[in-house]
Amino acid sequence: MSGERLSEDQAAPGSPADGTAEPGPSPAGGSGRGGRTGGTRSGRRTLTEGQRSERRLALLLCAPAALVMIAVTGWPIIYSVWLSLQRYDLRFPADQEFVGLANYVEVLTSSYWWTSFGVTLLITVVSVAIELVLGMALALIMHRTIVGRGLVRTSALVPYGIVTVVAAFSWRYAWTPDTGYLANLFAPGSAPLTDQASALAIITLAEVWKTTPFMALLLMAGLALVPDDLLKAASMDGAGPWQRFIKVMVPVMKPAILVALLFRTLDAFRIFDNIYVLTSGAQDTSSVSILANTNLIQALNLGIGSTMSVLIFLSVALIAFVFVKLFGTAAPGSDTEGRR
Amino acid sequence: MGRPAMRARPGRAAAAMGVALLAIPLAACGADQQGITVNLYYAPEDGLETVVENCNQRAAGRYQIVYNKLPRGADDQRLQMVRRLAAEDRDMDVLGLDLMWTQEFAGAEWIQEWTGEHRAEAEEGTLEGPLESARYEDRLYAAPKNTNVQLLWYRTDLVDEPPETWDDMMEAAQELKDAGDPHTILITGAQYEGLVVHYNSITASAGGHMLSEDGLRAEFDEGAVRALQVLRDFATSGLAHPGLTNAMEDDARLAFQTGNAAFQINWPFVYAAMQAETPELAQNVGWAPYPGVEPGSPSRSTIGGYNLAVSTYSEHPDEAFDAALCLRNAENQKFSAINSGVPPTIESVYDEPEMLEAYPMKDAILESVQNAANRPSTPAYQNVSTVLSHTLSPPSAIDPERTAEELRVSVQKALESKGVLP
Repeated sequence: MSGERLSEDQAAPGSPADGTAEPGPSPAGGSGRGGRTGGTRSGRRTLTEGQRSERRLALLLCAPAALVMIAVTGWPIIYSVWLSLQRYDLRFPADQEFVGLANYVEVLTSSYWWTSFGVTLLITVVSVAIELVLGMALALIMHRTIVGRGLVRTSALVPYGIVTVVAAFSWRYAWTPDTGYLANLFAPGSAPLTDQASALAIITLAEVWKTTPFMALLLMAGLALVPDDLLKAASMDGAGPWQRFIKVMVPVMKPAILVALLFRTLDAFRIFDNIYVLTSGAQDTSSVSILANTNLIQALNLGIGSTMSVLIFLSVALIAFVFVKLFGTAAPGSDTEGRR
Repeated sequence: MGRPAMRARPGRAAAAMGVALLAIPLAACGADQQGITVNLYYAPEDGLETVVENCNQRAAGRYQIVYNKLPRGADDQRLQMVRRLAAEDRDMDVLGLDLMWTQEFAGAEWIQEWTGEHRAEAEEGTLEGPLESARYEDRLYAAPKNTNVQLLWYRTDLVDEPPETWDDMMEAAQELKDAGDPHTILITGAQYEGLVVHYNSITASAGGHMLSEDGLRAEFDEGAVRALQVLRDFATSGLAHPGLTNAMEDDARLAFQTGNAAFQINWPFVYAAMQAETPELAQNVGWAPYPGVEPGSPSRSTIGGYNLAVSTYSEHPDEAFDAALCLRNAENQKFSAINSGVPPTIESVYDEPEMLEAYPMKDAILESVQNAANRPSTPAYQNVSTVLSHTLSPPSAIDPERTAEELRVSVQKALESKGVLP
């Protein structure tokens, strides 16, 4: 449903320039998909014998991969749900028992959990918002650069190429009092990583620095979908640069923007490495993943820790659901062809 | 061995896998034919290689100890061992445990009880405090390798007599402050185990208890409440270093070395560091036992240190017990004490003549270890410590009665591993 609505959206501004849009690289492209929709519909009505056996073969060929997927993702999820219903601490093996939803009650009534949840949401919303703006700017720069294109694109991607933990350590040393250049520059005589507000700001900064290039990369793929002729036509009609951006580019890019937002929101919600290195969750800067690590890995409490993991999984699933169903993000690979 | 089989036609893939799986344990057995390997997992310690070498010579081919260095951070050391033991890893034989993990490992049945001759040898001549840290439910689960204890370091050019209690210390500091002299008091007050250690020492000195005798109930009796009061009074007195809530061992040491402080409570390593880095200051530094709470009743300082335990999953337990005993025998403890800076757990080693040069404060250390306080004995100590450091930080926000009430609830949950940890 949502995929089709999207392609109609795009078809409207895109129709005058269909000829140029078609050959363009369109991984999540609307016009290419629109073209195939007709074939899909007729296929749904009349399936020949050959097509049917082809489908059976396809299912058989997919089966091993599907089984492996179930084994490596489905089973751990089911197992952690099972663990979350038990009192199970590795240090008290004798006390293991089924406790139903008691762990969920414990976690959901804990102020530590809600503090971490709030911190995670705050970091997610703020960092993704900043990344979207900066990423869009970076994408436009990378897209429009004429001189030294390769150099600009490469240097913009450097932060994304650095391992998060390594980058996080650099940030930590830079913000350490006395020895760090950023601490000496911006906060002489204080320890910014030991105060909740400033530590959260530094974590968000590190996160934005690290993943803006990823956002820019996804958005640049979207920019490539915007036909030049369309922009020229808008220009002829008297649209200024801002109007061209808001009224032409953004609507055409919408699927790419939503995919970029979805990916980044899911990623940001699971933030772990930066916090682990920068503050290890002290001064109420734990994200839900840090809290789950503390309880599951360090305290060896499989019951409570798994409960948190399941809750994080549900939160991530909810975010994905909201994006896909309400905002109409087309998940990669979910084009109409796959649904027949 | 498995490789040629793996290249067989896909139809035989399952059979090939089976052959490959069989080949792996066979290959592992082949390595053992040269002799028994005892894998020691221990924190990085300068000079431990020499001790291992000594013991290998002593074993004369019966076994070969291999020293596998654990990560530097204490949490990372524990995590590596815990993860592998939970998976019943057979490649770990002798484990170097920070004494506060001993009950946890024993409770989970990851380490073996010491019995018979092994036990007798581990207990012979060993100080009671460190030995107590290696017991769980009245059974011995480890052999203490080294101990450690915090002392009060003070400036002899500013203070004539070392204070005996926290109140005396604050009074002396206040006088120095009024006179315009360096006066601050340094302790490890950051939100971590170091703060818990102070709370434990003060509680024990005040005759209090955090947990019931069996370690199953959170008590926080009168003495424990009094300790909260001492910590709060200290933090709000204006005599503590401004960086109190961030200070770990090294921060306190460095701040003392600037010469702007009068007192420091820290482990003995600070003295060697002071002598190396600020020799003039070191000349004017004296030491005394940890300050007490009530005048006339001696203080009880929390001991640190490492214990050696044998993994439940070890394939060569006899050799492992033997190796552990060798690594901590009197001769090797003396070597480690002098070369690695870790105080011995065998009392007679303190009388060795070479000890006085390396440890001018050895009498104070020995006296403190003899009056030592151990951390609460419970397999859930890690949980208790996490809750304590979170609740006690910052110490200036403590409200003795209310904080104690809060601790009775949250520590009880931590003991039962029911609550969420911060």
